[in-house]
Amino acid sequence: MRFTRRAAVAVVGVAALLAASACGSSDGSSGGGSGSKKVEVFTWWADGGEKAGLDGLVAQFGKDCAGQEFVNGAVAGGAGANAKNVLASRLQQSDPPDTFQAHAGAELQDYIKAGQVEDLSADYDTWGLKTAFPAGLIQNLTVDGKIYSVPANIHRANVVWTNKKVVADAGITDDPKDMASFIADLDKLKAKGIKTPLAVGKDWTMLMLLESVLITDLGADKFTGLWNGTTDWNGADVTKGINDFKTLLTYTNTDRDALDWTDAEKLVMDGKAAYQLMGDWEAADMDAKKFADYGWFTFPGNGDTYQWLADSFVLPKGAKNVDGTKCWLKTVGSADGQKAFNTKKGSIPARIDASPADYPKYQQAAMADWKTFKQVPSCAHGSGCSQGFQGAANSALGAFSTNQDVAGLQKAMATAASQFAAK
Amino acid sequence: MTTVAVPPAAVESLAPRRKAKRPFGPASIVKYALAILFLLIVLMPLYVLIVTSFKSGGDIGVTSQWNLPEHWTTASWVKAWSSLRDSFFRTFQLAIPVAVISSLIGAANGFVLSRWRFPGADVVFTLILFGMFIPYQAVMIPLREIVTTLGIPPGIPTLVFVHCIYGIPICTLIFRNYYATTVPEELVEAARVDGAGLLRTFGWIILPISIPGFVVTIIWQFTSAWNDYLFAIFLSNTRNGPITIALNALAGAQSPDYAASMAGALITSLPTLIVYVLLGRWFIGGLMAGSVKS
Amino acid sequence: MRRLRHWGPGLLLLSPSLILLAIFVYGLIAWTTKMSVSDQHTALKSNGFVGLDNYKNLFTNDIQDRFVHSLRNLLIFTVVFLVGAMLFGLIWALILERGVRAEGFFRTIYLFPMAVSFVASGVVWRWLMNPVVGDGAGGINALFASLHLDFLQNKWWTNPTWGMAAMAMPAIWQLSGYVMALFLAGFRGIPQELREAAAMDGASTYRLYRNVIFPQLTPVALSALIILGHMSMKMFDLIMSVSGPQWLTEVPAVYVWQTLLTSDYAKAAAISIVLLLLVAVVIVPYLIYTNRAEKNS
Repeated sequence: MRFTRRAAVAVVGVAALLAASACGSSDGSSGGGSGSKKVEVFTWWADGGEKAGLDGLVAQFGKDCAGQEFVNGAVAGGAGANAKNVLASRLQQSDPPDTFQAHAGAELQDYIKAGQVEDLSADYDTWGLKTAFPAGLIQNLTVDGKIYSVPANIHRANVVWTNKKVVADAGITDDPKDMASFIADLDKLKAKGIKTPLAVGKDWTMLMLLESVLITDLGADKFTGLWNGTTDWNGADVTKGINDFKTLLTYTNTDRDALDWTDAEKLVMDGKAAYQLMGDWEAADMDAKKFADYGWFTFPGNGDTYQWLADSFVLPKGAKNVDGTKCWLKTVGSADGQKAFNTKKGSIPARIDASPADYPKYQQAAMADWKTFKQVPSCAHGSGCSQGFQGAANSALGAFSTNQDVAGLQKAMATAASQFAAK
Repeated sequence: MTTVAVPPAAVESLAPRRKAKRPFGPASIVKYALAILFLLIVLMPLYVLIVTSFKSGGDIGVTSQWNLPEHWTTASWVKAWSSLRDSFFRTFQLAIPVAVISSLIGAANGFVLSRWRFPGADVVFTLILFGMFIPYQAVMIPLREIVTTLGIPPGIPTLVFVHCIYGIPICTLIFRNYYATTVPEELVEAARVDGAGLLRTFGWIILPISIPGFVVTIIWQFTSAWNDYLFAIFLSNTRNGPITIALNALAGAQSPDYAASMAGALITSLPTLIVYVLLGRWFIGGLMAGSVKS
Repeated sequence: MRRLRHWGPGLLLLSPSLILLAIFVYGLIAWTTKMSVSDQHTALKSNGFVGLDNYKNLFTNDIQDRFVHSLRNLLIFTVVFLVGAMLFGLIWALILERGVRAEGFFRTIYLFPMAVSFVASGVVWRWLMNPVVGDGAGGINALFASLHLDFLQNKWWTNPTWGMAAMAMPAIWQLSGYVMALFLAGFRGIPQELREAAAMDGASTYRLYRNVIFPQLTPVALSALIILGHMSMKMFDLIMSVSGPQWLTEVPAVYVWQTLLTSDYAKAAAISIVLLLLVAVVIVPYLIYTNRAEKNS
């Protein structure tokens, strides 16, 4: 076996690289060691309105916490689909970020029960936060009398977003108020050549749509019961809800399993679809993408129901820069921080002392609704479901997307509820 | 039938036995047409990667992906490089030590197993080989538990350790077969007569003639450490992990920047492709060695 | 004592590797097995012994038969992948074996995908397999449209029944060249005299391949099948990269990852062990067979 010259060159090259990397490996590339002034903030806000909101918060953090440096640990992917994988890995590797985003409610309680986050009750007293947030929200952040996270915002999930031009072209003038008129409108759009008037994406976006339908068919109280184990998933009203959901799916794009929520949003913006059910981060995202011709209405039949979810930040066990993290959390909870964040993110502030005048049009309406509407949690976004429940539900919806088996979905959700629903 | 053709020999045997000098008939037109058609199919994804990575703005789109860029720009390359740079260098710190260390271990094991037929050697060898085929999921959960319990930080050093261990079977196999077929018994015997012990024989007589074997294992281990995703996702993260993790974060995003993703995929593949082009013959040797028998 | 002196140094050199493999392969497999018969379903410790319940639940009590579904996906993927890669590999090897000019060039191109990681190739295959059909089609579907082959357009991996067959395409693309290289080495390992003898007997080209050459390639084909087969059963990177984890394309390796996300260690361990058994059923007889064949030679 002879060595050609270029092979010899390559071997020398490899040897050189080896030497270089051996020298390079000692330069502390591990980063963010103890005593650093870096605060790594882990979110899934990497794009559009979400990124804009985060940037606003970071600017405020720069003012309030001089000397601390923000490090962006964002992992993109709708509803945190990718980020939660990465986060779970890092927590299991005992290499947590300095702070991470967790949905208030059942999802946050996963982390609390696993002992992965620190108690913040004392800081709540220091920062005067106990009375700054609505009591119901505080209750969702609390386990055994201790508070574990600082909420940044309140989002609403049960909103339908529209392309005004497409809707108007089909001769639709009023927002649908119930399922029958919604389906009538969808038929009108179809007749106008919009083949898939309702845009939807992969598993969790379908779960959101199903949840909205169930709010309509079951009413707010029974709907809430689905997630805490007091409503039976096997009931006839649930069957009706799943059938309605199945009907709605016939108006949706068939490539849904390949799309994230932003891909579905693009269908609406491009005029290929008229409607999309999505949380109100869509408003900020369309703003960030310079699409102004959008409208919105509460999902038909949901009435005065506010399906809420809240992003909150925690102090993980083993965080490297506790002081920096606490300063971040203080900024998140402060009136200025909430304003900087929420005016861009499309959500409303969690604090009760915010002034609506500071906010864009959509949020002003949402802030008024939040005070008076009936509140229900969201499974897809963790206020109603633990991560195990979310995973099972997403998988069940993914299956339903292909097999359209109503009884199968109902049974799957009933089984999942019996395994995961908190009593 | 010998177990595993010695890789270099297998490569030599890839060389055509005779030159094609027959006149062009209909059969050979079909042959060339097929060869070129398959060539185009194989190159198709590469074409899309390259043209998309130089596109910008409205040029980028699923429906226009076969078109050449209207305006060529390297902006996406710059963007992809800035988000992959750190992990790119980290991956060298992973792949190079893995390649060198596991090759050395493999050479030692291969030498012993090719010369010392101790009782049960076959069983031991088979047990070692099985380690090459296991689905790593079957060890991953406790592995991560050990790593975290011992307080070993996730990242490159941990991955180096793990890749070296799970690289032992393949490297041992390659070297065992290399030594079994290319090192004459007399050479080892002569050394023994001269009074050289096992270690001396290995270090002074065997290692110097092992370079072809080393080239194969180094390429093999370098490539598999570079391309690994499973170990990486379990034992490291975007902050301290190799480039496959970083690429997945860049390209797996919601409404990802397609041009940057494609540029990133090319950047990620560049080192292994360079190894492949420069050392192609030995690279193929490594692939052949992966088959237990040929 | 003399035996020890004879084998001692060799065993000494070998022993660190043996110890490491004993711990990190067999020890950890035992640990995973132990976990799979426990009830550790959360991040919290709990180590009750539940026998084979976790396995039983996977096959009989999993929500929507998720595990069985993932096995079915794996089966479709494996069959299509093996058949596809073997077929293309054989055709390419045959073309090159018949002799073409610039053979090295063709060989290099056919083989290059092997150097690319699944994570990187997944980026482009996700795009090529765009599921939109008709107007707004992209990727391969757009290519079909421009070639007036619209009837070939399909939904690729989002097809509920045969999606996994499409998912095998990138894997076939990546590994056909490998199979080609194996077959090519096999072809060229056949002694020239055999061919000449057949030619003297007046055998046609077809008969030459059918009766003389292909039988000689059986061991090559077998090892190619084994290598591809065990890669297929472990398939993870490609699916994570093309579709992400979701029901439609879930295989056991991805299911393990999804289960770990919710810290259900016992269930994840049980799936992993089933996966290991599937691989072992194929590999162990093969290793024993190889071992025996070697002794007989």
